[in-house]
This record gives sequence, C-alpha cells and structure tokens, in this order.
Amino acid sequence: MRFSQTLESAYASKADLVLAALLAVAGIALIWLNQADGSHFTGGLLIAFAVFVTAYRINRRLAVIAVPYLWLLVFFLVPFIIVVKISLSDPAIAIPPYTPTLELSEGWTGLKSFFGDLDFENFEFLASDPLYYTAYLSSAKIAIISTAITLLVAFPIAYGMAKASEEWRPTLMMLVILPFWTSFLIRVYAWMGILGREGFLNSFLLWLGIIDDPLTMLNTNFAVYVGIVYTYLPFMILPIYATLEKLDVSLLEAAEDLGCTRTQGFWLVTLPLSMPGIIAGCFLVFIPVLGEFVIPSLLGGSDTLMIGKILYEEFFSNRDWPVASAVAVILLLILVVPIVLFQRNQQKQAEADQ
Amino acid sequence: MKKTLLPIAALMAFGSVAAAEEVHVYNWSDYIDEELLDKFEADTGYELVYDVFDSNEVLETKMLSGGSGYDVVVPTGTFLQRQIAAGAFQPLDYSKLPNAENLWDLIKDRTAEYDPGNEYAINYMWGTTGIGVNVAKVQEILGEDAPLDSLSLIFDPANAEKLSECGIQLLDAPVEVIPAALAYAGMDPDGHDEESLAKAEEVIMAVRPYIQKFNSSEYINALANGEICVALGWSGDILQARDRAWEADNGVEIAYNAPAEGAMMWFDMMAIPADAPNPEGAHAFLNFIMDAENMAAASNYVYYANGNLASQEYLIEDVIGDTAIYPDEATLESLYTTTPWDARSQRTLTRLWTKIKSGI
Repeated sequence: MRFSQTLESAYASKADLVLAALLAVAGIALIWLNQADGSHFTGGLLIAFAVFVTAYRINRRLAVIAVPYLWLLVFFLVPFIIVVKISLSDPAIAIPPYTPTLELSEGWTGLKSFFGDLDFENFEFLASDPLYYTAYLSSAKIAIISTAITLLVAFPIAYGMAKASEEWRPTLMMLVILPFWTSFLIRVYAWMGILGREGFLNSFLLWLGIIDDPLTMLNTNFAVYVGIVYTYLPFMILPIYATLEKLDVSLLEAAEDLGCTRTQGFWLVTLPLSMPGIIAGCFLVFIPVLGEFVIPSLLGGSDTLMIGKILYEEFFSNRDWPVASAVAVILLLILVVPIVLFQRNQQKQAEADQ
Repeated sequence: MKKTLLPIAALMAFGSVAAAEEVHVYNWSDYIDEELLDKFEADTGYELVYDVFDSNEVLETKMLSGGSGYDVVVPTGTFLQRQIAAGAFQPLDYSKLPNAENLWDLIKDRTAEYDPGNEYAINYMWGTTGIGVNVAKVQEILGEDAPLDSLSLIFDPANAEKLSECGIQLLDAPVEVIPAALAYAGMDPDGHDEESLAKAEEVIMAVRPYIQKFNSSEYINALANGEICVALGWSGDILQARDRAWEADNGVEIAYNAPAEGAMMWFDMMAIPADAPNPEGAHAFLNFIMDAENMAAASNYVYYANGNLASQEYLIEDVIGDTAIYPDEATLESLYTTTPWDARSQRTLTRLWTKIKSGI
C-alpha cells in the first residue's frame, strides 16, 4: 500500500516521469559502462522499472496486469523458446555445442540461413528409437504407481491429523514439515545407508532372524519407490489435510442421523468432500516425479529406466544438446495435459468456495 | 545517496581487485596432496580457490557452455582433444613455465597425439585401466594357475560364470570397457567402426549375465571389503582398494595387473580455459605443479604416475618401485591409447552401452 501511495503522489506531481527518465539513464549507463559483475542485471532492472512507471501513467490497469505476464514471459516462455530452438539445431564441436547460432551482425541473410538450418530431425530420431518411448512409458508407470502409494500412505496420516485435537495439530503439522529442514540430497543419501547390503535395514532383519542372507534392495526399483514416496509424502499430506480440516462435521452427523454407519459416512461424505485435496496432492506428486532424476540415479539400478536419466545421458555423455532439448520439449508437452487438468480443478474449487 | 553508494562502489572495486588475485582450479576429487594447495598460496601470494569434479562429462559441459570462471581445469586426453577443437582452451605461454623442462619426453610424445606439440596442456597424472583381483578368492575358484593378468578372467564366459559367484564389476564407462573387449577379441582397441562395435557387443553380451554391476566408484570399497573378486577399473583406484584392505587387515589381498592383451593408457591434462579470468595466475599454478618436488609430493599422495621426469628422484619406493604404477619398459610398449569419438559414433556408442546395461 505504501508503495502505491508513493507512486500516487509522484503521479500527481509528475515526479514519476522525471524518476523514470533518471532510472532509464542510470540503467543504460550501467549496462554501457559494464564495470562490475551483475551490472547488466541491475541496469536491466532499472530500465524495466522505468518502463513500468511510464506505463503506469499511460494505463494503470494494463500496467499492473502486465507484471505477472511479464514474469511468465521472462522466466518461462523465453527459456522455453530457447530450448525449442536448440531442439531444432544440430550438434557441433563448438561453444556452445550446437549449430546454427543466431548471428545478428549478419543481418537479414544471417537470420534467413539461421531459420533455414533448423529442422525436426531430432524429433524424428526420438520416434525411431524404442529406447525413448520405453523410457517415457516407464517414467509414467513409476510416477503413477508411486503417486498411488503416496496417496495410500498420506491419506490416513492427513485424516489422523485432521481428527487430532486442536492443540496437537500444530505439532503434527510441524512433524510433517520437519524433514524439509535437512537437505533433500542428504535424506536420499541416508536411504542409501539404510537400504544397502550392509545397511541398517538388512542388519536389523538379520538380527531379528527374519532373513539369513542380506536382501538386495539398493539399486532396484523398490528403492526408487521408497525414495519417491518418502520425499513427496508432505506434498500429498498437506493439501489433503487442508480439505479434511475444513470438513463440516455436522454433515457427518446428518449422515448418521439418516442411518449411515461410520464406514458408509466415510465413503459417502468424507471421501467425496476431500476429493479436491486428493486431486491436488496427486498432481503435486505426479508432475515432478515424471521428470525425476536424482532419486533414480542415486537409488535405482542400471535397469531403472526414467526419462530424467536419459535426458542426463543425452546432455552429458553424448554432448547432444539438441536431442536432450527435444526430449525435454516432449516431456513438457506430456506434462501440459495434467497441468491443464490441475489448473481446471483448482479453478473449479475456487468457484465452489465462493 | 552518496552515503549508500560509496560502500557499494568500494565493494565493486574491491571485488574486481580480489578477482585478479584469485586462481580458480577445477581438478578431480582426491587427486592432490592438500598441503600443496597451502604451499602454492605461500609461494606465489595468489589466493587459491580449489574445486573438484568426478566425471569428464561434467567438466566438458562446463567448458562447452563457456564462462566457467576457472583458470585451470584437468580433462582426460580424449576429452581434451575435442575441447581444443571446440576452442575451449588458450595456448600455453611456455616462457612463463620454466619448469616445463622437467617434463618426461616419453609422456609428452604420447600426449602430443591429443594435443599436437603440447600447445594447450601439460600432463598431470597418467595411469592404466586394468584388472583388480582378490587373489585368494580367484585362485580358490579357478585354481592356482588362474590367469590373473588376462582379460579372459572377465570376458571368457567360462571364467566369468564361475567368478560371478564372488562378483565381477566393470567401469560404467563405454570408452573404457569397449576398447578392453576389443583388445580381448584381438582387434584394434581404438576401433570406432560398426564392425568393432558389433564385436564388442558380442563379447560383452556373452558375459553380461555374470556382471554384477557397472559402476565407476563403488568397486574400490567392494574390492577392499571382499564383496567382489574381480573389477575392471583404473590403476590408482585398485591400488587404493589394495591399501584399504591392507589397513583394515581383513585378510583380503588385492592385486592390480595391466592386462597382457594390452592395457589402455590415459592421461589427465592441465589446461587453461580460453576465457580464464586470470591466465597469469593459471600459468603460475602450472609452473608450481611442474616443480619436481611438488609433483612428486602429489604422486606420493595419490599413487598415480606423473609425466614429470625430474620428480622421479623424489618419489617414494612404494610409487616408483611399483610396476603397477610405473610399468617396466616392455609393458609400457604394450599400452595403447584411444582417440575421441565424433558426435555420430559417440551416439552409437552410448546407445550400445544403454543396450548392454538395460537390455533395451
């Protein structure tokens, strides 16, 4: 509020235009002189702010709406266009390792030859080798199964949290969030220590006498599922807990008055009403797991096939940035479907809340 | 306004001065005696920023993206050659490297294959890729006259099947394992053509069921603990496994042998990126490393041979006297080197490797 008031008073006195001009000059000067690291960035910010202040004078509404769109443009659309561009290029031994690169100095002919050299060869290549669609499918399989397991584990926890007394809830909530205080990588490494042949779990089972020989758990798909479910559990618990907590208890009482047993009440009232939370949780888990790289590479074996690993190999082992980009573009296209569904679900929920 | 701006301006000025005095070095992990790092700072007055990596691919991606901010990097020969072609390095100024006279001509001749005239890089360490065995276990399974120095230990299906019960691991690096398979088959280990790849696939696939794992770092501990009995790995790593088993006194005796069929020789080279912020400091670091006593200290610590002839008089007997580290003349003759794979054959190679590992 303070900021808009300041802007308001500056607007009245036309001081804003003076300010914008000053900022623009300072920004251009910074970029021009390029004295220190980050002067381009600071200069760019100053100019962007100057443009915003000027736009605010011309059309206030538009200027304010433009900010989030600009954010998307700069941090999502532009990088995505760059990735698409690389996916249409050819690999080369050069810096950067692909061709063509845009030579603005050559003017129109440079631009023409640039677009002439782009083609869909890499996408054709992806379609011709069964490795890639097998990897996409196997990623999808791992993502679906681990989302289902996460849901089965998370729902009772969230349910218990929502049923707990008011004074306990913050503590329980704390316990769910607590693992985030340690680095994600360290927690995955801890699982390597637990699941290894000489690991904690095997020693414990041997000590109990349940098994005679240590089980091979690390470097298998089992370990990947354990790692994924463990890591993404809070993302499932929190949205489900949020819907269950808001649940109106009188609805359950009404159901019982009408002759429902407790179990029937759960299936007919609680579960349908917690659906928005379940759906949100499932998307929050499914979408990142599909492209997961760290967990399968640390806990998985050489036969764990996931698209994140393929992408890494294309990029690092083959130095083939164009094919790696093509893999990434297709992954994004696959993800667009669940993301759109997720958005629609969120929107519906927002409307229902109103 | 002035009050707030001044410290910022001062900071910026300080930042640029400090950057000039820093030398950023990017080397393999566990690859130097850390006392040398302090010594470099004391000797030259530069501030040393020392980072480590554990795979050539990671380094190469940084080099090919440009603007890595490093002054000295350490790629392996084949990678160096490709990165030179990409224009990633600047030529060395030998007038600033008086200690270059300490270098070993024999190694210089070999590294010139990757870097003609040694214009861009100097050798840091070199070694071979060979076989690490748990002597007692292998002899128990295959008998007293088991061929401990032969690739048939791994690539002969009859041997591999028997040895699979105590565990075989191979490096997870096609550029190491494929040449070894070709050497076993009696073909040119440096073959990149389809026929060579098909032969290598045939050799490796025949023993694939008996290979426990493809991994480039775990075999050190696995050998030392007695979890596996044969590994195809890097000389220094297997010697490390030998020493760890010896320290643990667990009755495991590990031996390293360069394969009789021929062993791959590799070279880790120090080079200066084209866009190094401090080339002056980078040259100072290279010259410091090429000092005979400094280089000897590094080798005495990591148990790898170096390309510095003058350093040999300062090497401890454990290093210079060990034929696994400094092979005798005859073995040295049988060592082969490989050349880099171009983009097309690299793709076929990686694809073949995925097929070997995952069956798809």
